[in-house]
Amino acid sequence: MSTRDDILARVRSKQPAPQPLPDVPLFKPDPRPLLEQFEAGLVRMGGKFVNSAGTGDADAVVRRLFPDAKVICSATPEVTGNRLLATVGLPADLDDVDVGVVRAAFGVAETGSVWLTDTAFGVSALGFLSQHLVVLLDTERLLPGLQQAYRQRQWFDARYGVFLTGPSATADIEGVLIHGAQGVRSLTVIGMPA
Amino acid sequence: MKRIDHAEASSKFIEAKDNADFHDRRLWDLRQKRDREKEKLPEWEELRTIASAIKEHTLTHLADYLEEFERNAVRNGATVHWARDAAEHNEIVYRLLHDRGARTLVKAKSMLTDECEMRPFLERRDIAVIETDLGERIQQLDDEPPSHIVVPAVHKLRTDVAEVFAKTLGTDPKNSDVHYLAESQRQTTRPHFLTADAGMTGANFAVAETGTIVVCTNEGNADLSVHLPKLHIVSVGIEKIIPKIEHLGVFVRMLSRSALGSPITQMTSHFRSPRAGTEMHIVLVDNGRSERLGMSDFWYSLKCIRCGACMNTCPVYRRSGGLSYGATYSGPIGVIIDPAFDLRKYSALPFASTLNGSCTAVCPVRIDIHEQIYKWRQIMSERNQLPFVKKEAMQLAGKVLGNPRLYRAALAAAGAGLEHLPRFMMYNRLNAWGRQREVPRTAPATFRQWYLANRGQK
Repeated sequence: MSTRDDILARVRSKQPAPQPLPDVPLFKPDPRPLLEQFEAGLVRMGGKFVNSAGTGDADAVVRRLFPDAKVICSATPEVTGNRLLATVGLPADLDDVDVGVVRAAFGVAETGSVWLTDTAFGVSALGFLSQHLVVLLDTERLLPGLQQAYRQRQWFDARYGVFLTGPSATADIEGVLIHGAQGVRSLTVIGMPA
Repeated sequence: MKRIDHAEASSKFIEAKDNADFHDRRLWDLRQKRDREKEKLPEWEELRTIASAIKEHTLTHLADYLEEFERNAVRNGATVHWARDAAEHNEIVYRLLHDRGARTLVKAKSMLTDECEMRPFLERRDIAVIETDLGERIQQLDDEPPSHIVVPAVHKLRTDVAEVFAKTLGTDPKNSDVHYLAESQRQTTRPHFLTADAGMTGANFAVAETGTIVVCTNEGNADLSVHLPKLHIVSVGIEKIIPKIEHLGVFVRMLSRSALGSPITQMTSHFRSPRAGTEMHIVLVDNGRSERLGMSDFWYSLKCIRCGACMNTCPVYRRSGGLSYGATYSGPIGVIIDPAFDLRKYSALPFASTLNGSCTAVCPVRIDIHEQIYKWRQIMSERNQLPFVKKEAMQLAGKVLGNPRLYRAALAAAGAGLEHLPRFMMYNRLNAWGRQREVPRTAPATFRQWYLANRGQK
């Protein structure tokens, strides 16, 4: 008998009496305005929020936020940058990127998370090798909570998708919070209509 | 296998007073942060009930869900492997690496690979394994196993880390600034991400309906381990399956709140399908899990989502440190899992508890941890695994407690003894209760004396 069939047979013979699958209710969401919750959640997790609805010029916002950035690589049409994703052969080529830019499909108010996928990134390593990450988000596309987000099965058809909530962080040494443990040192979400 | 002496190992842990005090404070702080988060969710207790029920449903239909997961993972372009035990798991991983000429492996944290002792196995076969989670890396460089399933180096102070990094990464031994230490690890790990032949992650959840592997991290090291190399290997215990994507809405909401008191981890990554030109291999590991599924008292422990909340709240764990358990899984959850792996080796662990039930009260999937600890004690006693002193003491206690007259006589004698015995008779090696603590003052009268005096006539 193959290992697979052996394990399955053993599991089948040991399974306790069947228990029913419970219904999962959508609990009442927090009544506060979604954007207010989103911003508070994001800031709590070490992220920044900039609303650029007034200016509409994401390129200018990125340049203002990162005046010293040498390499800006954008996966969005709104920000030009100076490193074309199309020229990236291997993911490791993104090693020298100072600022990566990507657009989120939606955000989650409960936690301050943004949903990013392999298609949004072009090269998924962009979201982790870059020193800093800028995420464009249409603030009309906010869901109240994780439960509502996980009800949208089709979004999880992406090959890869991540709820990003603030920058890379660690508190592994004496509980001291460090941003930029391995991945991006900072995360800035710019509110900008799609 | 030598029996782990938890009490003896704990006494060594306590000797390093600064470490022990910090350890206790840090973990209690995590527990309090967890409390503050759960207070914000009115549905918290209901979520715990639902999470528990989803897990119980899944475990009682596990074979079907494993097959569904496999079907979908294969449809996504991943390859699924099955391992009966640690040896098969390690061999599969080694073959995958060897057949592709891979010599370096960057990996995210996975308790399962620790359970399988995979790292030394691969290193003996000339494969360099680089742990990329900061805490796990500290432990690897110090040649110690993780002491906590979420914060692996929580028993170390910054000065300990400075010493380890100075010896292994060449940092300044006098500089124990935490930012400096973390940055040193970032700078020295990055080249490995850029050049590694393969990457490895564990799985917090494996979703049957889509074949998705979900990994929760704060550092982003799992994503870096996957998005650069051409090969992604996932090690996952068969109990990590959940039926549907929508169930993540329950578990992801609870995991980090229970673990660290944050609403979510910085990254919650969903790996469904390998990127073009790369491979994804998923190893489903049994290693004693199917056996445990058949143990009517203990199968509930398979619901565990490895949040560590039971460890953070446990007074014994906080004051004895994870390494004193001598096992991959420590703290209350370790106490109920480890004896199923090796009854004799871990026979002392069920006694590393006060049975206060705090672990059960915080468990996000409602595992009856303290009741299982009690049941393991009964098994140890039945299978003659109690140490001599404890056995003698218990037999004597059994006789005294079973006989009212003996009990009253003993109480009177003990009361007198506690008041008048010289210290050397109270605080010595034979009386475990007299170590590291003062015995409380005795009450002036027993309840029975009070009752007879005040109510006895009526």
